[in-house]
This record gives sequence, structure tokens and C-alpha cells, in this order.
Amino acid sequence: MNRRSTSWALLLLIAVMLAACGSTGSNASKPGKTTIGFLYVGAKNDFGYNQAAYQGSLAVKKAFPDAKVLEAENVPETAEAERVMEKMISDGATIIFPTSFGHLQPAMNVAKRHPNVTFLHQGGLKTAKNLGTYFGTIYDTQYAVGQAAGMATKSNKLGYVVAFPIAQTLLNVNAFERGAQSVNPKAKTSVVFTGNWCDPGKQAEAANSLLDQHVDVMAQHQDCTKTIVQTAERRGAMSTGYHVDASKFAPHGWLTGSEWNWGPLFVNMVKTVEAGKFHQSPYAGRYRAGIKEGLVQLAPYGAAATPAIRQKVQATEEALRSGKLAAFAGPVRDQSGKVQIPAGKTPDSYQLENTTYLVQGVVGQIPSG
Amino acid sequence: MFVEDVLTATIRSGTPVLYAAQGEVIAERSGVINLGTEGCMLIGALAGFAATANTQSPIIGVVAAAGAGAALALVHAFVVITRRANQLASGLAVTFLGLGVAAILGRHYVDQSVHPLNQVRIPLLSDIPFLGNVLFHHDVLTYAGMALGPLLWLFLYRTRWGLILRATGEQASVAFAYGHSPARVRYLAVMAGGALAGIGGAQLVLAYTLSWVENVTVGRGFVAVALVIFAGWDPLKATLGAWVFGGALAVQLQLQARGVSISPFLLQMTPYVLTLAILAVASRGRAQRAPGEIRAVFGKAAA
Repeated sequence: MNRRSTSWALLLLIAVMLAACGSTGSNASKPGKTTIGFLYVGAKNDFGYNQAAYQGSLAVKKAFPDAKVLEAENVPETAEAERVMEKMISDGATIIFPTSFGHLQPAMNVAKRHPNVTFLHQGGLKTAKNLGTYFGTIYDTQYAVGQAAGMATKSNKLGYVVAFPIAQTLLNVNAFERGAQSVNPKAKTSVVFTGNWCDPGKQAEAANSLLDQHVDVMAQHQDCTKTIVQTAERRGAMSTGYHVDASKFAPHGWLTGSEWNWGPLFVNMVKTVEAGKFHQSPYAGRYRAGIKEGLVQLAPYGAAATPAIRQKVQATEEALRSGKLAAFAGPVRDQSGKVQIPAGKTPDSYQLENTTYLVQGVVGQIPSG
Repeated sequence: MFVEDVLTATIRSGTPVLYAAQGEVIAERSGVINLGTEGCMLIGALAGFAATANTQSPIIGVVAAAGAGAALALVHAFVVITRRANQLASGLAVTFLGLGVAAILGRHYVDQSVHPLNQVRIPLLSDIPFLGNVLFHHDVLTYAGMALGPLLWLFLYRTRWGLILRATGEQASVAFAYGHSPARVRYLAVMAGGALAGIGGAQLVLAYTLSWVENVTVGRGFVAVALVIFAGWDPLKATLGAWVFGGALAVQLQLQARGVSISPFLLQMTPYVLTLAILAVASRGRAQRAPGEIRAVFGKAAA
């Protein structure tokens, strides 16, 4: 290549790049070659919420080898998230996954400015024209995990370390206790709220304070999950996992847990957007799926899961999957004994997302304000 | 029993802060405020965790943590002692440096586990009812932490080196006139402080959380700096302050585990408010206790 053709090639390259920059997605990129952005609120290897979402992004990468996947870790739930999304869009992103609950408002703001970019927000309750939300009904599997805990406990005291009292966390605690009760009517679940998604020092103390009360099976709803599992293991208690499989930290006490399987959903969403069918698809609204769709699943069994436990949990898993069983089939009574879900009724996930109570059998109260 | 559990938890969760606070007492007594304590704790936590993960020896981990904390504090010392930069600005920069460096270097350690610092029951003493569990059923760093305040007090007020340290902090020219280099004393003090903060971080991850995640200290280093000021630069009161902080953190969780409802926002706030309140009462009328050279950092207006 002589010098002249090199400079022509360079010029062409620049022109192509400029064209790519100028077209904010209006000429939808070729299928399989889309630029996709993922935002995580924490580290992508946190053995928790962010790692689960990250594993989803890996599935996208695998399914679309020619796609460009942009990632940003530790994106706070502030205007900083808007900045990160704007940068991704200027780098060519046409699909953005803001994966933290608090990324919703920044995403709504950016979505308004970029009508041609599609936003898929994890866990949100609001939507916009080009912003849909998705989440998994992970309380399905927490019901089965609660059964494992209810069968395994010797003290009939289960412990649950929760970050904040929001519908998603309350549903998990409720499903866990209902599962435990279904196999062991004496099982009670004590709840401790830490007021933080990931403060390992506080988690350790919360776990210790529950273990001091002779709790012998721990459950949790935190973003980073290792500390509680390890604290339980160290004190000879059993543990159940959340978000991802953390069994390697509890060689003796691991029962099972709930984990996400975002990959297939993410891949499908990207395909739908690329095909230009986003607006007709359920992804444009509040999309919720669960064990039936394979979005949530049980973590591998650990040493503490006896054959009887495995058998029971497996049966429950199948019943949940086939729809024969539901975590919140009425009657459901709250702590005061008031019927919240009447007998014969099974609310759908949208109705459940308004949950503001803990069920009978849960010890501890929802903090007020 | 509630009181026993709370007191045990108090010591358990106050210890990391205690180390950092005593380190800060040493630094500030020499006339240098180190707002980088948070960064030193973090880098110490990571170094301690990483070294333990690689060698399976928590002892090596603790040594590494002290070294890493001291090394980061050395950056602060150089900037403020040799280059005479603003102490507050440098300290904050050092904290963010520690936060960032630890986050990057720590990526591979998030999914690892370590051989923890085990709890050692002290024979006979741990059989004492009540006190046995509260005081004598901890890891070695916690025992050392209990002794640290009194030892540091003896050092400051009963040894020649302590006198030189205090003289440097009160009036550097006096120390200089007696033939001691204020710069050398301060370098040593700031590094010793960083080392203790590093050990505090290591105690947090090796004995308590058993895992490393980014920003694992979540502000405990800043709490330590504030504690020192409210404790009137007194190592005994700093110990008290660290335990009050630990106790406030523990009591709310212990209460919840017993079914008492507490607002998560109050929960976030209590340790700070309670610690401030108790130390404010404890050090009433002693505002002028600040080492002279520290007052100079804030300028005449604050003195």
C-alpha cells in the first residue's frame, strides 16, 4: 500500500467513524453487531447481585460474538450513572442495561434524551417509551430454600439478614418462612435489617447476633454474600445462599440457595431489540419471570442437604415450575394475624410487589420510616 | 444473655476502629493529622487478606498489613512533612489513593477465602461467668487491642520517647532545641499510625468479615479520626470511644435479632451520634487539649 492509498484509507476510516458517531442509533446497527452497555452498582465479582448480572452479560457476549459489550462497575445510583450512560451512548451503545434498582431514575432521564436507545432496567417499577424493566420472582425459589432450612434446623430458629425493608426483600423473607413452615410448623425466622447493601462488618455482626440467639440456619438478602455464609460456617451453623452459588465458602453447612440465571433473558432481549420488536414485546413494560421461565433457579446442594431434604426441595421445585404450587397461595396472614391474601387467591407478581408486611412466623418488625 | 452478648459484640466490632484510632493518636500527638487513615485501613485490610490468602498464615498477613498501612502513610508524611503541603488535603488524597489502589489490586481476592485469625479462649479467665465470654474469648489482635490504649498511655506519659513525641506535637521548635529532629519524629509517628490502621483493617477482614470486598471498611477510618479529636487525644478515651462505637453498632443488631424494630435510617446514624454524644460529655471543658501544632493546621481562627 503506497502512501496515498494509506491516507485515503485513513480518511475513509475517519468518515466511517464520524458517521457511526453521528447516527445515534437511528440506523439500527446490524443484527449481532450492536453495542450493549451494562452498569453494575458494585464489583462484578462480589459473589452476589452484581456477579449474577455480570454472568448475564457474559452470556450476551457468547451469543453475539460480534457485539461490543461495554461495562462499568461501581456505578453509584446518582447523576454519575447518567454520565456513564451518556458516555456509553457516545461510544455507540444502543442497548443499555442499568442493573441496579437505584439506576432507574438516571436511566429515565437519559432515556428521555435518547429516544433511539433502548433501556432495560433491572428491578424497576416505572417504565418509559424506550425503557422497560425486568425482574425475577426469586421468592419462588426462596420458598423451596425455606423448606430446606425448615427441615435442616434443630433449634427451629432461622435467621435472615436483610438490607432494607422493600417489597422485594420482604417477599423473600415471607416466602422463606412460608416454605419453612410448610415442612416444620415450629420454624420461626428472625429478621435483622442492616440498612446497607454491602457492609461486611455489619453483616458479620448481624449474623453473630442471630447466631447468639441459637439460630442454626442463616439466610440473607444482601448484595455481597460471602461474609454471612462464612460467619455461619465458622460458628457451626448452616447457610442458604442468595444471588449466586457461594457453597465453596461453606463446605460443611451449605444447604442450597436461590440464584439468578439472567443469561437467556438478556440474550432474548437483545435479539428482540435488534429485530425492532421491542415495543410490541413484553420487555417494553414491567417484565417479570420466575422459576417457570428458568430465570431463577436453585443453587447446588451442599453437605448439609440430606437426601430427604434434596428430595423434598426437588419435588417443590417441580411443583413450582409446573404451577401446581405457589409461594403465596392464600390464605396468607401477616404477623398480626390479619389475612392479607384470602384463601383460594394467588396474587400475581405485580400485586405482590406492593407487599408491605411480614408473614406470621417471622420474628422482628419492619422498621418504620 | 442480652448484656453479655452486647458487650461481647461491642469488643468484637469496636476493635478495627480502636486500632485506627490509636494510630491516629500517635500521628496527631506528633502534630500531623492523617485523614488518610481510612485509606491505610483499606490497604492494610487488602494486604493482610492477600498475604494470608497466599501464605495461609494470618501472622504474615498482619505483618503485611502493618507494612502496607505504614507505606501509604509514608506518602502522606512525605507530602506534608517534607513538601509541607496542606495536611487535610493530603490526607483525603491518600484515602482516595488507598481506596482506588486497594480496589484494583483486590479484584482477584474478592472470591477467595482465607485461614482466619482464630478465637483463642484464655484458660481459666474465660471460665469466669459473664466476663469470661465478654473479654476472654477473642482473637489475638483483639487482646492486643485491649492492651493498646493503656500501653500507649504509658508510652506517651511515662517514657522519654513519649515526651519527645508530645513535645514535637506541642511546639516543634522546643523538640528541635533539645536536639531532636521534628521531621524524623513525625515521619515515625505517621508511619506508626498507618501501621496500626493497617492492622485494624487486617483485623476486620481476618477475624471478623473473613472476606475482602472493595471499600470493606465503609468509613471506619474516618470514624477513628473523629474519635481521636473527641477523645481529646487521650489513648484511654480513644479506646472507650471505639468501644462505644462498636457497642452502638452491635446493640441495634442484637436488639433486632430479639425482635425489636428499629428504623434502618436510625440504624445508620446511631453509632455516630452516640459516640459523639458520649465523647462530648467525657471531654467537656477540654477543648484546648489539642496539640499545639495541630491547632496550627487549622489556622489561628480555630485555635
